[in-house]
Amino acid sequence: MGFLNLFSKAAPTLLRLPSGSFTVDREGKVLVRTLPSSYPTELVEGIGEEMIAAFRDAAAAQLPLSEIVITYSSLKITARELRGGVIVFLSAKAHVISTE
Amino acid sequence: MGTRHKVLLLDDDVDLLDMYRQLLTQLPSEPEIYTATSGPRAMAMLEAEPFRLLICDLRMPKMDGLQVLSIVRRKHPELRTVALTSVADEQFRSRAYALGVDLFWYKPATEQEIKMFLECLESLLGRESEDGFRGVQSKSLVDIIQLECISQSSSVLRITNGGQTGKIWIHEGEVIDSEAGDLLGEPAFHKILSWRAGGFESLPAEPDRPRTILKSYNGLLLETAQAIDEKRATDGDGTAGPVSSSVPQLSQIEGIEFVLAMKPGQENPPMARGLENPERMAEWSRHTFRRFRGLGERLHAGPLVHFEGLGPQRNISLTTHGETEFCLGWKHSMTLDEVREMTKKIITLWAF
Repeated sequence: MGFLNLFSKAAPTLLRLPSGSFTVDREGKVLVRTLPSSYPTELVEGIGEEMIAAFRDAAAAQLPLSEIVITYSSLKITARELRGGVIVFLSAKAHVISTE
Repeated sequence: MGTRHKVLLLDDDVDLLDMYRQLLTQLPSEPEIYTATSGPRAMAMLEAEPFRLLICDLRMPKMDGLQVLSIVRRKHPELRTVALTSVADEQFRSRAYALGVDLFWYKPATEQEIKMFLECLESLLGRESEDGFRGVQSKSLVDIIQLECISQSSSVLRITNGGQTGKIWIHEGEVIDSEAGDLLGEPAFHKILSWRAGGFESLPAEPDRPRTILKSYNGLLLETAQAIDEKRATDGDGTAGPVSSSVPQLSQIEGIEFVLAMKPGQENPPMARGLENPERMAEWSRHTFRRFRGLGERLHAGPLVHFEGLGPQRNISLTTHGETEFCLGWKHSMTLDEVREMTKKIITLWAF
């Protein structure tokens, strides 16, 4: 079985998609978060920055928005405008794929 | 002897790459085997020459397999892809299939699994069909359904088309149900049949599946063929001009304030109805699509499906159908669920 053992290796673990919420102020600083502590802060900040920018760009295009919902195949992001800041809800989707 | 297919193996472990290479030399079709030890290197090789198959490890530093696959599915939709992992986690399996991979395999650990793995790879490479046997990869979906029905088979066909997935339930030679995204029954069947390319997987039959489609398979296929023919005739086979005539039709939908459809390429101006300045809206839409596709790739969240925005003046939805991107404006009194539902209706009307 030594031959087969070659198929296993130690490698960086894959990151699970998170579920939870966080708030960012108008400068993009994360104020509160209920996401797993293992989820990287830079990714949380990245999401917050994109959301703030999205609200700002929409307003600039004369499309003021108070809520944005982004649906990916594996994750849903809901963001609500909060006096210049944003509250963001992340929900990892549980795909149901038949494996029978 | 015909052209040998090219297979690209991607894994950061050189020893494993050697092992896979040895295994793949056993394939009857004798493909040419290339290797890469990083995602960027693999991407460069895929850009440089055409490959038939990419076998990609999921766990790699810097650019992991899911990230590579999400880019590859978009840039090289014709490439067949296999995700390999030793991580027994259903979420990664789901995410890989959501990205549209053809096969997801836990790294084979027994001789039997290796044998099955090689058989699946050979099937993906399409050798069986070249020899005249039943090989799903080179047949159309209509051929597959007809084969299943004529032989009175029972099975579930799982069809992937980029990031889209659909299923067709066949029981004793009749199509009994179908599912594509949020569509069910006949609309889902028509939707799946409208896909021009994709991957197939035959799953075990589910005889207890409730029957929602009562037409014969011949009737269904005939209707679908007619709908596709009519659409191609109306579209002038995909040219920009006739398609724009669909936009006024879509703008009649209840609750809609404007419709903007954008095809890729500078030569295709946006098609719009209900907008004073479609160029500005098109610019915002494209920028928003880029922003959130980029975010999705960074998060490894899979393809962007919808963007919806609720506002005090109007609500907005962004979505795609094929290569066409849509920006739809809705009355602000509509709820998110109503916006979502009506957006689906628009896309369904556009598809047919």
